[in-house]
Amino acid sequence: MEVISDFFQAIPYDQILIQTLNGIVTGMILALIASGLTLIFGIMDVVNFAHGELFMLGAYIGVVVLATSGSFWLALVLATLVVAIIGAALQITTLRPLIGRDPLTTILATFGLSLVLQNYALWQFGPVARKIQEPITGQFTLFYLEYPWYRVLIAGLSAAIIGAFWLFLKYGTYGIWIRATTQDRVMAQAMGIPVPWVHTAAFAIGAGMAAASGVLFAPLVGVNHSMGLDWVLKAFIVVVVGGMGNLGGSIAASIFISLLEAYASIWVSPAQAVIVSFVVLILTLLFRPTGLFVPTPK
Amino acid sequence: MSKRSTTIYWIGFSLILALLIVAPLVLPEFWRRFLTEILIWGLLAMSSDILIGYTGMVSFGHSAFFGLGMYGAAAALLMVKPPNLWLAIVYGLVGSAGIALFVAYFSTRLRDIYFAITTLIFSQIFYVIIFTWTDVTGGENGLTFSRPALGIPGLFSVPFSSETLHWFVLAVVTTSYLILRRITQSPFGMVLQSIRENEGRTRAIGYAIERYKIVAVMLSGLFAGLAGVLYAIQNRFAAPDFVYFLVSGETVIFNVMGGIGTLVGPIVGAAFFLLLREAFSRFFTEYYLIPVGVIFIAMIIFMPQGLLGFMRRWLNQ
Repeated sequence: MEVISDFFQAIPYDQILIQTLNGIVTGMILALIASGLTLIFGIMDVVNFAHGELFMLGAYIGVVVLATSGSFWLALVLATLVVAIIGAALQITTLRPLIGRDPLTTILATFGLSLVLQNYALWQFGPVARKIQEPITGQFTLFYLEYPWYRVLIAGLSAAIIGAFWLFLKYGTYGIWIRATTQDRVMAQAMGIPVPWVHTAAFAIGAGMAAASGVLFAPLVGVNHSMGLDWVLKAFIVVVVGGMGNLGGSIAASIFISLLEAYASIWVSPAQAVIVSFVVLILTLLFRPTGLFVPTPK
Repeated sequence: MSKRSTTIYWIGFSLILALLIVAPLVLPEFWRRFLTEILIWGLLAMSSDILIGYTGMVSFGHSAFFGLGMYGAAAALLMVKPPNLWLAIVYGLVGSAGIALFVAYFSTRLRDIYFAITTLIFSQIFYVIIFTWTDVTGGENGLTFSRPALGIPGLFSVPFSSETLHWFVLAVVTTSYLILRRITQSPFGMVLQSIRENEGRTRAIGYAIERYKIVAVMLSGLFAGLAGVLYAIQNRFAAPDFVYFLVSGETVIFNVMGGIGTLVGPIVGAAFFLLLREAFSRFFTEYYLIPVGVIFIAMIIFMPQGLLGFMRRWLNQ
């Protein structure tokens, strides 16, 4: 009995609560990135390696707009729009010619894009990380920590964007076009839906969502040219664990994995906590290759 | 006809080999080193061609095998005194083969994109381990060591000069090429190619395709590890940067640029990529990946066969 009660006393409950909050905040950011990625995968079988770079570009455009206008919210909106336009342009120039080819070629093409964008950012903005000021600076006390309200706001805003996106997919005319194209490309085309443009629009929406999360997340870590790499890997894991092309699944998986990583980082360094999500991915692939959050296919 | 074109093939092979043997005698030091490096990266790319070109599985995790070869060689060179070249190769190969078996066991259950992502994640796992396990691997700084002497125990031993290093690397790469070529033409290689063409049908004929895939990944990992050992010997250090997935990405780029499924194509691809890098870094300095990336994307769209793709049948006869 002594051992058991010792064990329960050894659990750092305050840290667990703090890490739960942290996990949910990063989970929501990750969900915002991953839902764009899974939209793009679901609709056109493109594994977008450049998604992390769109996230990074969004953050940089946020830095630039914030420096000139001084408004964080304007930066958020403009970055989203500009990166959505960039995304549409990239899709038209590099991915549209690859429609109908092996999906693996799209991995290679987007990998090429990611190299170009990353080095372009390095060239334009230099290797020194830029800071974005948090738009609100209030804090509340959580045990021994002063927890910034901004983090809670990020989680709320991400949830709002994802919610709006979901409503758009569910009820908007163009949302229905997107879903129809995801389900059956040929039939959608036969019904008069302009499928190539739906692809472009979906890519633009995914890019815009990545950019929005980039701006939202930037105040926490600073902006540099390689910030996208970690996130794109995590987003890949989430998209596979959640089930490729499954929006709800990838949101659930984002929060699940971020929570696990947050808890793991109580005991090991954050760099090693990443291994937890790798392990989750491998176990998922071994036992439920279609994803954790979808019904097992018959 | 077939006999004649075989003769032409071997004449071409001997000519190129002869040129590569003579090259270090005429080239200045910088290009000599550059050529050796092309051969090493070419060997890495060639090893992944077994998967990409012949079995139809795109591996995004070759950096793990390459890196483990490097660190295996480093372990042998640092722990065993005096440093021994052959022991370094053995350690490197054992390291990369062990990792390859582990990766192969899990990743070959998956296909297409899932295989690519799983291998990518595996290589990142090893990257994180190597990066954070500072006591053993030296962490971010990596490990430095001295170059072993070229020799056969009991017979002779001479320190490497840049010419002998080049010839040694050339000998290893040529032997590897001949072995891999033989393998791809063997019944085993035929099964791999039929997996690429139609996995379901190959299974239906009665081949245990999982086993074939595991062996293919191990074989590929073994040669990638060999490339890692050579690179470690050439540069006298091992660093976690070489385990990072960008190296795997570059390996795939070499393959696509040179032409997959040709074995020599990836070497040509590596040469092409490194030359582009050399040329563009004159104007773009460290941002050379901007033009190189654009060229790569253009090649995927307009030239999916790569530089040597048109010779594919001829090279595989």
